This record gives sequence, C-alpha cells and structure tokens, in this order.
Amino acid sequence: MHPAFSVIVFTVSSGIGYGMLFWLAINATLGNLSILAVRVWPADLWFGLVAFGIAFIAIVAGLLSSTFHLGHPERAWRAFSQWRSSWLSREGVASVLTFVPTGLFAIGWIFLGDSSGWWLAAGIVGAACCLATVYCTAMIYGSLRPIKAWNLSDVPMVYLALSLASGAVWLGPIARIFAIPFGWSDLFVPVALALAAVLKWRYWARIDAIHRGDGTGRMPTRGSAIGLPESKSVQPLDPPHTQQNYLMKEMGFAVARRHATKLRRLSLLLLFALPALAWLLALFLAPLLQIVVLAIGALAMTIGLPIERWLFFAEAKHTVMLYYRGSELG
Amino acid sequence: MTSLPTAPSTKRLGLVIDLDICVGCHACAVACKEWNSGGHAGPLTDFAPYGADPDGVWFNRVHSFEVTDGYNDTNTVHFPRSCLHCETPACVTVCPTGASFKRAEDGIVLVAEDLCIGCKLCSWACPYGAREYDANEGVMKKCTLCVDRIYNENLDAAERVPACVSCCPVSARHFGDLGDDKSDISRLVAARGGVDLMPELGYKPINQYLPPRPRRNRGGETGAGDSLADIAPPDAGGSTLHPFLRWVDRVLSD
Repeated sequence: MHPAFSVIVFTVSSGIGYGMLFWLAINATLGNLSILAVRVWPADLWFGLVAFGIAFIAIVAGLLSSTFHLGHPERAWRAFSQWRSSWLSREGVASVLTFVPTGLFAIGWIFLGDSSGWWLAAGIVGAACCLATVYCTAMIYGSLRPIKAWNLSDVPMVYLALSLASGAVWLGPIARIFAIPFGWSDLFVPVALALAAVLKWRYWARIDAIHRGDGTGRMPTRGSAIGLPESKSVQPLDPPHTQQNYLMKEMGFAVARRHATKLRRLSLLLLFALPALAWLLALFLAPLLQIVVLAIGALAMTIGLPIERWLFFAEAKHTVMLYYRGSELG
Repeated sequence: MTSLPTAPSTKRLGLVIDLDICVGCHACAVACKEWNSGGHAGPLTDFAPYGADPDGVWFNRVHSFEVTDGYNDTNTVHFPRSCLHCETPACVTVCPTGASFKRAEDGIVLVAEDLCIGCKLCSWACPYGAREYDANEGVMKKCTLCVDRIYNENLDAAERVPACVSCCPVSARHFGDLGDDKSDISRLVAARGGVDLMPELGYKPINQYLPPRPRRNRGGETGAGDSLADIAPPDAGGSTLHPFLRWVDRVLSD
C-alpha cells in the first residue's frame, strides 16, 4: 500500500497527543489518591499549559493533516455522518467528542488549578475517549479484508500501545522541565515501551507468517481471483494497460518493502531502545541532564514512529495486485 | 447512507462473463469508456493520453493470463475485470460520507460523486480493484452497471443493456437478474458452473464468471477417433508392414 505522507503524520501526531492526554488523566488520578505519601502530579499552571497545549496541537495538526489527502477537503464535514457503518466516520466523530471531556479537564487543570472531583471525572472520561479514538483510527485499517497484513486484531493493539508509549515518553521531559513530582508513575514509561515493543514484534512475526503462506485462514490466490480452481497455475501474460494506473500506484507500492529488514531494525532502535535507554540514564542524572536525555528519547521516538507507520503501509499487500505481474500476494 | 439496505429487493442485476468465449479484444473496456465518459460518471479523465506515461480512469480492464494445468495443457484466459456489485460490498460500508451506496431496488453499487470527499478508502476496501480515483475531479469513480442505459426509455429496448454487453462481438457478456432463478442468465450460470471471484473474502459478488470449458486436446475427447490410423485405407503406403520389409520393398521397387 502506498504510504501517504499526510496519513502518516495524521496517525503519528494524533497518537502522541491522545497518549499524552491519557497519561495526564491517569497521573491526575494517582495524584488524587491519598494512599500515596507524596502529592504527585499537582495541577500546575505552566506545566498544564505546555503539556495540554502540545497534546492538543499534536491532535489538531494530525486531524488537519488527514484532510490533506482528500480530493475534496471542503466536504470533510460529511465524514461525520456514517458512523453506523464506517470506522473512518467513527474516528471523525470520536475525535470531535474527545475534545469535550479532555477540554473540560484541561480548563480545570490550567485555569482553576483543580484536577480533582468533576474535573478529574471529565479527565477519566476523556482518557477513555482518547483510547476509543485511537482504536477507531486503527480499525480504519484493521477492518480491511483485502489487506491481510492489516486485517488483524494485532493492528488496533499496536496502535493503542504506540500511542500510549509515545504519550508517556513525551510527558517525561515536560514534567521535569516544570519539576513536577511524579513518584513511581514514572514506571509507566518503561512498561508502555515494553508492551508496545512486544506487540509490534508479534505483529511483524504474524505478517511474516502470512506472507510466507502459513498464515491462518484461506487466502485469495491468482486462481480464485479469476475464478479458476486451485489446481491451475495462473500467470499474468498481458496487462490491460501499458503504464501504471491508479490501482498499481496506490496498492502496488513496493519501495520500502525491499528495505523492510533494515527499517524494522531502525524503528526498533528509535521507537523502543533509545527511549528506554534515555529513561534508564535519567535515573542517574542531574535534573537538567535528565531533561536533555529524555528529550532526546522523545525525539528518537518521534522520528521512529513515521518509519514504523511507513513500513505498516509499505509491507501491506492488497489482493488487487493478484491481477498484475510480479506481485504475488503470498 | 452507507449501511447496506435492510430490506433489499430480490432483484440482483449483474453481469455474467464467459471466460471460455472471451477473446480479449478489449471492446467492452473501450465501449464502457466511451459511454461513461458522457454518462452519470463522466468525464472519465485521462492524463497525458498521448504522452509517454498515459493514465486514466477506466471501469473495465481486460487482463490476459497464461493458465497451465500440467504438461502440454496451457491456455490463454482473457479476464475482463469490473465492479461485481457485491451483496456485502465493504466499499460501501467503509464510506464515511454516504457517497457510496447499494441500491435496495436492484443491488447496483453507485457513488454519488457530489458527496464524495475523495478519501480513497473504498478503493482499499475493494479486493477486486473496481474503483478508480479521478485525480482531476477529486472523487472516486466506478462501474454504474450503465444505470443510465438499462432503465432509459429513450433508448430502443435492445439497447437497454450495459455498453460492455451490447458491444461484445462474441457474446461473452450477459446481463440480467441474478436474483431470479428462472432468468436466462441464472440458468446459464447453473448450467456452466458459474463462480464467485475470491470467495475466501466473503463479499458475495453478484457478477458471475463462467470458467473455460475443459480443453479438448485429442480427437478422442471430441467423440471422433483417437487416431487417423483407424480410418486410413489398409494399403496406404504399406503402413502395416514392418519397417525392414518396407525398406526391402522400396529397394526392390527401384
């Protein structure tokens, strides 16, 4: 599948924003629990302004970016209408609804210095909305049966885990800039990173199995694509057109597939190894150096995510390519 | 509304394409392009049609395949590919705007182009590549089953079939109601063992493809004799003689 730049920016950027909002609500909940000896994650004005600001900017930038690949962006409002059947429409509706509770939570935190009571309740509802929105985003891809590498339950899990991991990795350096006490909630970072790494690794193992042909379930073949029995060997002879058409450009993208192994290693390094190492180093460093090291970790993750997303598209094969030469689905 | 019709009619208009007969002449693809450039879906934009890298929107594409079934049995199969007007078309349900819809009254899958935002998700959801994006108009386009012909009372009754069907020079394409068991094309499908494409995905295509008939390679497979030796005159060239005796015969005859 062709990796459209605007779609990569959309899922990466909004994923980071939703992840940050999720952890702000979870951390505020912890901060309000009296079982903790130290009062953590207070509703600090400047921290709130920067953290919520970055989260909302990331989300809005992502959503706007997604409209850039539309043929008619001015009609984008129509996409809110078909939530009964369409995951893309559900994503649009969920993203707008999410602004209500998370916006209230931000107002309480920033302007009233209050992240407890009803403001916290709004934050918790908002955290659930964030997860729902990221889930809808992932299901736009996960629901497509012609693309075996996407039509997997692993896809929404990976999207959710990467959103949470990137949100946690981003909050770390920001909290330290404003000297926010975070107690043991700092452990969320390595836990989220490990979870995302395991899920992504499992996803790659699963699509490798599918592309080797030992995936689960029956896969369409060239034979079944033209209605002939399995016993026949079918090879493309003459294509319908001499040059590439829309289908081949959109579904037949194979550039990054050739470099898949290298890009997987690079994204493992940037997405998981470097942010985890930064977190570990920060345990032993002075506050100022902590900020620097964690910011480098967040930067690595932010570079790694588009590479991972690029691969997610480039490694996915569409059944329509069975009709064309040199593009077995297997 | 991109939810599928809750109470669809039993009428299921569609095409039956005979892969045994199709000669791969591309006339259906050209006639489709010609009609639909001026129909509901028109224009079907072309990009650099006379340039080095021509591209354009077509609803119908004819692929040719080499089909091998063991030793000495290789066929060329010409395969016209177009929208199958599926019973459960995911291209419709993924549409976020309501531009894509499946008609309750006859099952035709259409795009209302003035509602389409051009997100291309429907083309990802179609396993058969039936939908093509028109980059010039910023909307998705697809086969309409010539909905502007088949009900058009301004045309002669004989012309009220899809353009691809009316032009096929070998009658490899048939149009009709596949929801009616007694219709001509339903009986044709039953008689010839018509098949769904990619049944693994469960889209339940309405259009059916008739597989090539078993190839008849030798005389015996047609009911004629296996070999001409059976009908050759008994003294034809002394063919029943041992080769040595044939040589002796030839030497002595000189």
